[in-house]
Amino acid sequence: MQFAFTEDQLTITQAAREMLVETCTPADLRKQLEAASPRDDARWATIAEMGLIALLAPEDAGGLGMGLVDLIGIAEAAGYVGLPEPLIEQAGIVVPLLARLEDNRGWLDKVLAGAVVVVGHPINPFVANADSADAFLLADGDDIHLVTADAVTITRAESFDPFRRLFTVSWTPSATTLVGEGWGDTAERGALLAAAEMIGLAQRCIDLAVSYAKDRVQFGKPIGTTQAIKHMIASAQVKVEFARPVVHAAAAELPLGTLPARARVAHAKIAAGAAADIASRMSVQAHGAMGMTWEVDLHFYLKRAFSLNYAWGTQAQQFETVQERIAAERMGPDATFASALTQ
Amino acid sequence: MKLDYTPEQQAFRAEVRSWMEANVPAGKLPSFDLTRQGFEAHRDWERKLSQGQWGMVTWPEAYGGRALDLIRWLIFEEEYYRAGAPTRVNQNGIFLLGPTMMEFGTDDQKQRFLPRMAAGDDIWAQAWSEPGAGSDLAAVRSTCTRDGDEYVLNGQKIWSTRAVFADWAFGLFREPGSERHKGMSLILFPLDAPGVTRRPIARMDGEMVFAEIFLDNVRVPVADRLGDEGQGWHVCMATAGFERGLMLRSPARYQVAAQKLAALYHANKANLPASIGERVAQHWMDADAYALSIYSTASRLEAGGKIGPESSTNKIFWSEMDVALHQTALDILGPRAELLGQSTDGVSPVDWLDGFIFALAGPIYAGSNEIQRNIIAERMLGLPRG
Repeated sequence: MQFAFTEDQLTITQAAREMLVETCTPADLRKQLEAASPRDDARWATIAEMGLIALLAPEDAGGLGMGLVDLIGIAEAAGYVGLPEPLIEQAGIVVPLLARLEDNRGWLDKVLAGAVVVVGHPINPFVANADSADAFLLADGDDIHLVTADAVTITRAESFDPFRRLFTVSWTPSATTLVGEGWGDTAERGALLAAAEMIGLAQRCIDLAVSYAKDRVQFGKPIGTTQAIKHMIASAQVKVEFARPVVHAAAAELPLGTLPARARVAHAKIAAGAAADIASRMSVQAHGAMGMTWEVDLHFYLKRAFSLNYAWGTQAQQFETVQERIAAERMGPDATFASALTQ
Repeated sequence: MKLDYTPEQQAFRAEVRSWMEANVPAGKLPSFDLTRQGFEAHRDWERKLSQGQWGMVTWPEAYGGRALDLIRWLIFEEEYYRAGAPTRVNQNGIFLLGPTMMEFGTDDQKQRFLPRMAAGDDIWAQAWSEPGAGSDLAAVRSTCTRDGDEYVLNGQKIWSTRAVFADWAFGLFREPGSERHKGMSLILFPLDAPGVTRRPIARMDGEMVFAEIFLDNVRVPVADRLGDEGQGWHVCMATAGFERGLMLRSPARYQVAAQKLAALYHANKANLPASIGERVAQHWMDADAYALSIYSTASRLEAGGKIGPESSTNKIFWSEMDVALHQTALDILGPRAELLGQSTDGVSPVDWLDGFIFALAGPIYAGSNEIQRNIIAERMLGLPRG
């Protein structure tokens, strides 16, 4: 039993986090928004150069052969900065999926070289970032098809989060596009990584509230000196503190593929979603009327948290999985870890 | 990150489980807060634990412990609660005073007090709060006046849990004339010493859970002061850290409660709306989240880390979870919730009511949750003081 990240994991997470915080500031987000650009090419190139997209790719394919746990801190950091580029989806979902396919038609190599493949999973009616995709992994029932960008028609569906560029995708499945059967744990990976991003987003909303409450003076003193403000911020922090270990455990357990492991992922999504929801609404309240505006930076993170809370399965769906686990499996203090239920 | 138990940890779990199965009393022991007889029955259980060398598993062997790491401590606690073993009557001693004494005590104090504590020979009460000083401990007014090799204690303590029948207490006293955080000392005193009067305070359900302690020229040797003279505040803050941190509330307690809640729900499910099912699931998740958080902190501490102000988040989380979980149980019981005895259908609503009343105190003791939220805001997040 060792419920902690290794030194290597902490080092790589720290490096990625510093790069993201430096290159993806709120000012950068505003600039990118004005330019109506789906991605910042310089930042995307830096991400690729650091090898972040290849973390989970097998070593014989030129990757680092790492696991989901190694990516989880980076997903938190991507959430913390509100990263518009699909780093987490590429590294955590697309790359492992392509690596699992018997014949990925050379797209794993292309993705590792900087190309973008996006996922249209049956659980999600919309495909994110379709306008910057070179190819698509699309669902026809439980079949997986690999379709290049020139063979699809995409239609924009405006989203609350301007950086969540959503599309519907029309295409025709054929024997030549069919590359595999079974999406496997893709939806769980999506839910888990969204949960990790929401932890980062929740912490960002709290940090913004703290910073605003220190500066904003009312009745002759900073509002952050009052207990009413302190307590609502502290309550949000408690939510984050008790969602984070669940997300980390879920990352370690997801590969088991059992009902307790899937329930842990569902728990992670519920807990991180609730933390992000409470933290973002708390932060609006702490900002006062300014919290409702485009002027302060909060809305970038609030919108992403809002969107991720509905992506890769809703709270109601996740609750069903948890209730299924409670009814079907052993509970209690010797059944905390999914591994203990398979021994 | 390895979230599975090693073969050694599994063997340890099996060892604890078989000892508990052979030794945990079959029926529920009488309350240790209601009668001397109930208190002594619990002392007998403490002695039995100690004979099995299970009295305080993380302590050094020299003091009656097993020197186990924190992961094994968690496994021990899991098996303890899984077996339905009695609540520890000596938790003030073994979880609060014990760790404090190991950090601040003299060799003489450690030899005199710790083995007796682990053995159940001395049951301890905490004597910190006073009528004018609850969460604001620096407002303590009880005094210790130095007289040669002795202190003369005077004043009044309140909300001393277990003090009605306990043998010893550890209390915060100040030099006459000192103010706030300065001039306070942590002093150990026997509760049967001349000049000590105990007055039980009935809790809302009639149980004598706590007591007032009156001290009238109580003489204790200077050798029974824990930590340096005038450093009582510093010592007490370390104790409070233990109280809010890992040891006071091990996660297994809530996981067992969540398990019982799920059983109660499944037995009554036919007559309940689906929303109750979601609440039950939420409590189970919270109990597991607390366990995961403690496992993660334990792993960090084993690797040499220190526990910081995040211990305040623990205290808020478990105390609020405990209230909410019991509230849901009472909602499932519906009209039976208010019964003090057995229900006609064999359910024991009073166990849930007992748990609920105990849970109500959680957000108050060990530093109220309002104070914990201030600590999180100021020390974890850096918000300015008022």
